[in-house]
Amino acid sequence: MTEPSQSNTTDSIALIEVNNLKKTFPGTRGVFSRTRTGDVKAVQNVSFDVNKGETLGLVGESGCGKSTIGRCILKLEEPTDGTVDFDGKRLNTINGMDLRNYRRRAQAVFQDPFSSLNPRMTVEQIVGEPLLVHGLEKDTKERRVSASKILDLCGLPRRILDSYPHEMSGGQRQRTGIARALILNPDFILCDEAVSALDVSIQAQIIKLLEDLRNEFGLTYLFIAHDLSVVRHISHRVAVMYLGRIVELAEANELFENPKHPYTQALLSAVPIPDPAVERTRRLEIIEGEIPSPVNPPSGCVFHPRCPLADDTCRVGVPDTIDLGTGHLVACKKVDQLELH
Amino acid sequence: MEQALLTVNDLSVEFSTPMGIVKAVTHVSWSLHRGEILAIVGESGSGKSVTALSILQLIATPPGRIVSGDVLFDGQNLLALSEDSIRTIRGRKISMVFQEPMTSLNPVLSIGRQMTEQMKLHLGLTTQKAKQRAVDLMKRVGISEPEDRLRQYPHHFSGGMRQRVMIAMALSCDPEIIIADEPTTALDVTIQAQILQLMQGLCREMNVGLILITHNLGVVARYADRVSVMYAGRIVETADANLIYEQPRHPYTYGLLQSVPRLDSPRGSTLTPIPGNPPDLVDLPSGCAFHPRCHIGQSNCQTTVPELISSEQAHSVACLYSNQLLAENTI
Repeated sequence: MTEPSQSNTTDSIALIEVNNLKKTFPGTRGVFSRTRTGDVKAVQNVSFDVNKGETLGLVGESGCGKSTIGRCILKLEEPTDGTVDFDGKRLNTINGMDLRNYRRRAQAVFQDPFSSLNPRMTVEQIVGEPLLVHGLEKDTKERRVSASKILDLCGLPRRILDSYPHEMSGGQRQRTGIARALILNPDFILCDEAVSALDVSIQAQIIKLLEDLRNEFGLTYLFIAHDLSVVRHISHRVAVMYLGRIVELAEANELFENPKHPYTQALLSAVPIPDPAVERTRRLEIIEGEIPSPVNPPSGCVFHPRCPLADDTCRVGVPDTIDLGTGHLVACKKVDQLELH
Repeated sequence: MEQALLTVNDLSVEFSTPMGIVKAVTHVSWSLHRGEILAIVGESGSGKSVTALSILQLIATPPGRIVSGDVLFDGQNLLALSEDSIRTIRGRKISMVFQEPMTSLNPVLSIGRQMTEQMKLHLGLTTQKAKQRAVDLMKRVGISEPEDRLRQYPHHFSGGMRQRVMIAMALSCDPEIIIADEPTTALDVTIQAQILQLMQGLCREMNVGLILITHNLGVVARYADRVSVMYAGRIVETADANLIYEQPRHPYTYGLLQSVPRLDSPRGSTLTPIPGNPPDLVDLPSGCAFHPRCHIGQSNCQTTVPELISSEQAHSVACLYSNQLLAENTI
């Protein structure tokens, strides 16, 4: 199966480069006294690139730090350590016109289309506001024209321009959120659980819309989601996170067909496939236990308390990330045993 | 075939709202057998939760109203029972596990207090005996150090652990039926697998009938024996789990299966969304409620409400043109 965006990814020019990104949040206890407790280590030493025209999927369970990475890239959070570069510019120190320009080029679509749209604004105002903020179109009539063009692209009827968010269905609200992200003609869109709150039949419509827009405008997505089936469907490459670290990163089909890290294997095995005939033939590896607290993560490899392969060596020292060839990265000390597992 | 454990007959439920009458459930019928896992699938607002809540008279009236139907269990109609009588069944013979374990546990009472309450009430156990049983149940659902955990409060428990507590509570009075309403929707996928594996095992072992309400077609494929698909308050198709995936007869079921991305399909594989939006329950389309979104519908679908008709292999479907869908997909 070929698609237009494929050609964009083969030349592999990095649009976003994340290097050794670290983010810790101070933990406090008590409402008034604010005693310092341990820090929450949300993201620890994460490095990856997102190439132009590529969709990178970022998966993991709640609290693994995937949204924090997205927020650091959008400069909604300042990294504790490490760097994020966008199109060659270091975001840690960006300011002035460069920052303004960056704010135009990088946009976001969030999970809950109800809380991310202002209930007191009409669709026209919501979708047109970015143009106003960036001083690109000061004339109200022209903004209305631009907004209705974008709505067309996003599959919304023009009559919706004067509607308020509460008058729309969930799918229409999510389309409005996408239209707002698109109106500034960005290069990059962060999709943070962008289809997770939608019903199945509507979810498929939005996934298709995101794919069509990507192919038409050569958009780059960082697609954060916990639904692995959706991520497989849309992503060129996928990174798997566990407790603030990337444990495996590979080309999407490679990762799903040939997962190496024991956590990735367990995660994939936990996802049921909507086909009883396939389900009957699958070997299920249900991992025991739960994700430890990011305040006090396990020593060594963070996955070792739940890992079927772990031994004493895994308890000390964080495993290095190893390239198994063709960009299949895995962070596991038992890498020589992974093939056999 | 052995006699059904629970039979829902022609159930219709309405809610009066400022916008008008919401027809949440319309002429729904199904039955559940001992040791069976029946999945009720549908999107938000399709009426699956309302059906389940009606069984135990848990619908607030008003605004809700059971318009018609009966629910047969143990030779009696549950919908006709007095509040006192239904309380001897609710939590005792039929128990429930809800989606959000934080809101279904009382935050200011210890887990032990909440677990023992219904055993003391329904089984007449002493505090000591009930506590002992609670410890056994917690071990059974995989909670370690149960004696200590019983003294703790819900906020000490993670989401997955809370759901285990809910399951332990649901099992505590040896029920014959468990109704699980989206039991794992709020949980991470590895925890979801643990919880559903546990529930499936317990049902088989104790020969309990499980009604599994979910929107996740993968979960249904992995765990259910039989499936009922709901759309706009009606059952559109019921069949064995294997059959419904292999040979969906209703265009909505077919559409759902075509629109879910699968873990085993590569990028770019075709995803065919169902066009349009789910209908407004206050103002349902005439005839078949699915007709505005249907790809095989014809003009008489706008006027005729299709009945749920049972064909061979206990496969029932409510569609005037289900044979056409079958023909289309076998070509």
